[in-house]
Amino acid sequence: MFSNQLCLLCNEEMRQELSWKSVFLKVTEKVCCETCNTKFERITGDRCRTCSRTLADSQDSVCYDCIRWEHDSTWSGCLSSNHSLFIYNDFLKEIIAKYKYRGDYAIAGAFAPYLKQYLAELEFDCLVPIPLSAERLRERGFNQAKGLAQMAGYSCQELLMRTHSEKQSKKSRHERIHAQQVFQLCSEEVQGKQILLLDDIYTTGSTLRQAAKVLKLAGAEEIKSLTLAR
Amino acid sequence: MSSILEISSTEHSPFSFSKDLHDHLSGRSLLALEIPFETALLTEHLQQGFVTAKPGVVHDKSKWLCGRCGSTDQRLFASFPCSLCDSDCTYCRACIMMGRVSECAKLYTWSGPEWVYPIPEKVMAWEGTLSEGQQTASDQVVTSIAANAELLVWAVCGAGKTEVLFRGIESALTMGKRICIATPRTDVVLELAPRLKAAFPHIDVAALYGGSEERHKQSPLVVSTTHQLFRFERAFDVIIIDEVDAFPYSADASLQYAVSKAKKAKSSTIYLTATPSKKMQHDYRSGKLSAVKIPARFHRRPIPVPELKWGGNWQKQLQQGKLHPELKRWTLQRLQQNIPILLFFPSIAVMDSCLPLFQQLHPHLQSVYSADPNRKEKVMALRHGEFPGLLTTTILERGVTIHRLEVAIIGAEHDVFSESGLVQIAGRVGRSKDHYRGNVTFFHYGKSKDMVEAVSHIKRMNEEAHKRGLLDVL
Repeated sequence: MFSNQLCLLCNEEMRQELSWKSVFLKVTEKVCCETCNTKFERITGDRCRTCSRTLADSQDSVCYDCIRWEHDSTWSGCLSSNHSLFIYNDFLKEIIAKYKYRGDYAIAGAFAPYLKQYLAELEFDCLVPIPLSAERLRERGFNQAKGLAQMAGYSCQELLMRTHSEKQSKKSRHERIHAQQVFQLCSEEVQGKQILLLDDIYTTGSTLRQAAKVLKLAGAEEIKSLTLAR
Repeated sequence: MSSILEISSTEHSPFSFSKDLHDHLSGRSLLALEIPFETALLTEHLQQGFVTAKPGVVHDKSKWLCGRCGSTDQRLFASFPCSLCDSDCTYCRACIMMGRVSECAKLYTWSGPEWVYPIPEKVMAWEGTLSEGQQTASDQVVTSIAANAELLVWAVCGAGKTEVLFRGIESALTMGKRICIATPRTDVVLELAPRLKAAFPHIDVAALYGGSEERHKQSPLVVSTTHQLFRFERAFDVIIIDEVDAFPYSADASLQYAVSKAKKAKSSTIYLTATPSKKMQHDYRSGKLSAVKIPARFHRRPIPVPELKWGGNWQKQLQQGKLHPELKRWTLQRLQQNIPILLFFPSIAVMDSCLPLFQQLHPHLQSVYSADPNRKEKVMALRHGEFPGLLTTTILERGVTIHRLEVAIIGAEHDVFSESGLVQIAGRVGRSKDHYRGNVTFFHYGKSKDMVEAVSHIKRMNEEAHKRGLLDVL
């Protein structure tokens, strides 16, 4: 009871400011220390209307990458928009790697308050995590996207599965975009639905568009996506 | 070699075990993902009793315990919906960076015949001489290893403690024993490994640290960071722990766990330090721990005793952008005489705000902190006289040897400066035969208990060295 809580990210003890309020009322407990919290960079201000990338020039509202995607008839209209919470800075890179590759599931708790807030503002019928291949899932023991949703108190519908299993991070943009169909549908209940895809990082947007395309073809009305990092 | 294997395997059963798996797993405690063999092979060895598996995390007396790092800090256990065991699986967050250990992630260890190595005819090539103090300690190390006993080698900074180990290591290798030298710092592993390879040229020496290539190599003589010890189980006949006191109290329990897991039931533990913890000193005085002291440096000169100087309210001075006149004078004197200096500060924040003030005295003064990517280069630059001095935190209190160096501490009464830390800092000065003198000044705003104890620690060692005739009288 008297041992201080540890910061979820740096494992340092957090000093609890003892006040009458914190003694008598159950104040929402912080999961991360101030130092760690300030290292998160929220995406704010001018950004691409489609993919949430921060834009240097406020003249454009859609970034060049998204224009390219929309010009390509294969991908045009698949993903209506992407929302991202944080800039993928070195700190977040390290945290996500620890979460995903080392398998420190608890870290999802650090993102939960932010995700909760964001999810409450978005409209959708199903929340769909980007799936892992069976091999990856065996390695990691959990799906990182699903973990994020679960920790934020949302349940997911796993409507998709992976058809093959190469590591995405080892491929170039070209290879990613021109990859064979990566996902297949494992449930038909998407007709007319508004779907929100969930993943940890938006890099080129190809994974999310691949997933969106499968859902779109199966009759989903609109597909948006939410990622932690951009 | 092969004959030994045959004999041991017939003692067990007619099952012929995999030599490769034996090499990989003997004396280790590893997760399945750290064992690059077919699952079928592992299963077969498990069934035959050549490999045993235990849960990575266990629930004991309503407390979670990590079987790898020994953590029992309940705040560092979490659970996740595990797709492997299909349940809420508890895992250890304390050692997560080494891969996840959980209820369902088993730790595997070899339980078949022991791993042995061919003993070369001549084990040691080292032919150096030892000082009188070193010789006494070296003899005791040999005796303790032969008796599978515990020994504290309490050797002052600059006594030459590595050489004290050589005869002991030689005797252990001659008996076919496995030895591990564990140190908290990767730099020390990297520095020690080539020295050992040179001293024991026919012995395979493995250097283990995070990211090391030799992580899975079996060898008679291992130099490892203490962290890597977590991957061993019942492996060593001798464990030598360098700088036992360099760990914060919280890490101490996990080190104890790692050591007791990594060594065999019958084994010897040698602790090596200039500044044993209060508990160790107490154990030594009460006779619970046998110890040998080397109170004198290799060059037979006394260790410089720190001067304590009133530095006033340094925090307030800093806010006003001022340096205490005494501190200013101390620094300027050394800068004028081209004496390299290290200035120790209680925190990075204090150091940062001080840097501009010191740079007014000399524009090339630099600061260095723990996460500084140029840490090594900066220390090198000081050593080569490219910088006149460095401002630093406790991070440089150990392992730095710079010719003619003098040091000062600003705010020496601060909690971060423990007795052992202060003795180590003072121990940076007067390391070479030609410059065995040198000034150490603790600037303070009221003497702390640790400061007083550090000074009496050094004086006591000098007195003892004098009594034992280990110092040259001038």
